[in-house]
Amino acid sequence: MTHLLHLEDVYVRYTNPKGVEFTVLNDIDLKVSSGEFVSVVGPSGCGKSTLLRLILGSEPPTSGKVHFEGQTIREPGRNRGIVFQKYSLFPHLTVLDNVIYGLDAEAFGFVEGLFRPFKRRQARKEFLEEGRAYLDRVGLLESADKFPHQLSGGMQQRVAIAQSLIMKPQILLMDEPFGALDDSTRQEMQLFMLECWDKADMTVFFVTHDLEEACFLGSRVLLLSQFYESDNPHQEGSKIVTDIAVPGEHPKPTAYKYSPEMNQLIEKIRREGLNPQQRQHMKDFDLSHRDAFRTVDPKDWSPS
Amino acid sequence: MKDSKYKKITNFLLASSLFVLAIIAYAITAHVRHKENPKDKLVPTISQIIDGFQRVAFEPDRRTDEYRLVLDTVASLKRFLISLAFLVLAVLLGLYMGLFPLVNQVFHFFVLFFDKIPALALLPILFIVFGLGEVSKIALILLGVFPTIVLDTCLRVEGLPRQQLIKARTLGSSNTQIAYRVVLPQILPAVLDTIRLNFKAMILFLIAGESLAATAGLGYRIFVVRRYIAMDIIIPYVLWMSLLAFLADYLVQLWVRKRYTWNTAK
Repeated sequence: MTHLLHLEDVYVRYTNPKGVEFTVLNDIDLKVSSGEFVSVVGPSGCGKSTLLRLILGSEPPTSGKVHFEGQTIREPGRNRGIVFQKYSLFPHLTVLDNVIYGLDAEAFGFVEGLFRPFKRRQARKEFLEEGRAYLDRVGLLESADKFPHQLSGGMQQRVAIAQSLIMKPQILLMDEPFGALDDSTRQEMQLFMLECWDKADMTVFFVTHDLEEACFLGSRVLLLSQFYESDNPHQEGSKIVTDIAVPGEHPKPTAYKYSPEMNQLIEKIRREGLNPQQRQHMKDFDLSHRDAFRTVDPKDWSPS
Repeated sequence: MKDSKYKKITNFLLASSLFVLAIIAYAITAHVRHKENPKDKLVPTISQIIDGFQRVAFEPDRRTDEYRLVLDTVASLKRFLISLAFLVLAVLLGLYMGLFPLVNQVFHFFVLFFDKIPALALLPILFIVFGLGEVSKIALILLGVFPTIVLDTCLRVEGLPRQQLIKARTLGSSNTQIAYRVVLPQILPAVLDTIRLNFKAMILFLIAGESLAATAGLGYRIFVVRRYIAMDIIIPYVLWMSLLAFLADYLVQLWVRKRYTWNTAK
């Protein structure tokens, strides 16, 4: 079975302003099957967003392979939708126009659209209908003709999700999408997200710093962390230190948030990657998810 | 509701107060000077100005039988509008520079250097190269403001959040679509504002060009009657030019506010 995403031996190195090179992502190996809801957590600065940008294609790895359906990812494409924390919508378009932007853009090139105004108008009618259906799904049909700045942060994110979903992407990438929302809106959006995932049978790659959110939403939790031990004296950069399936049914009932299992899971993640004082050695990483794999650089760990 | 009515009146009074004060101050100065010397030419009285305005605006010229103010306004306006049309190219160049690093690499320093050339210093060369006709005058205006508009547009594009362009890409848009459907409509209000604020520079270059070689034009007329220190004509001409520029500026402002509600409501 081929996987939707396949990353192998991926390194990302940046150069700081003084000209010194440093590693952010250190030998990432990752496979993701379709239908999965992957939550990515980790301490701040661990490179969660960098990992997401690799998959999005807005940034190339320094070395290693990043494959989507067996093809190297070179640039952002229409099969990988994205929802950012901010700047998600086009401010000059109404909510409805934002939602149908992708359909319209894909159906008609800019020049083509100008030369075939009749056909475009005809097609637009269908797009508008579909756009309204999606807005209805995210509960914002009555806001169709408003501009983004007239909506609250949570509503804007709903529109942004609809805008991405209407393209039926094979994977939806989300970079702390609810990070700027207040707590109750956040809870509401989490339920909404689970509903979308359940209905649309899609793959989600969800970056967050909130452990509870990650464990509640994800069917699989990835912990990316720079706090670990290896045999390499010049160890630098984050690795996937935990890669587990969240036990139980999916999507979770809200009650799961307050269950002892949830607390144990969060405790485990804290222990394994969020505490700089308490690092575990590479050989002890819990990579128990069925898709998890890794290729080890002998410099980091030579089992002898 | 009564409140807002009074507020409107007060606002109007406040906005017009300085205009009124300036006119009064001028009238007093003219009065005092004319008391000392009834033949004073430098500060004509208001009635003399009105008289001068009537002569240029409503009485045909004795030699050519044309209305001078109309003739001059049409000539200047034409030059101004043609230059304005060329600025569309400046916006497009700036748009592409901001979007594509390669285009920026080619043009950025060149345009930046061009921007720093004092256009007026090149005026004699323009007249030699393009002759004394319309081309050299329009070239002068463009030399003066074109690079500014290019650079400003480029900055506006670069100021847009990168995430938006990436998002547009994930929604299946091409480069052209990103340029004309995502970026251009968003920066247009700001770009129009920049062009509006550059009206002043354009008029400055227009007058400079007209002052050296022309047969009609608002700037040309001022420099002709300057020889006779005909302030009773110069002042109405200056006021007329300022009024036109003010109106143009104001109209663009209104348009931006009306057309781009998403922008102004922020």
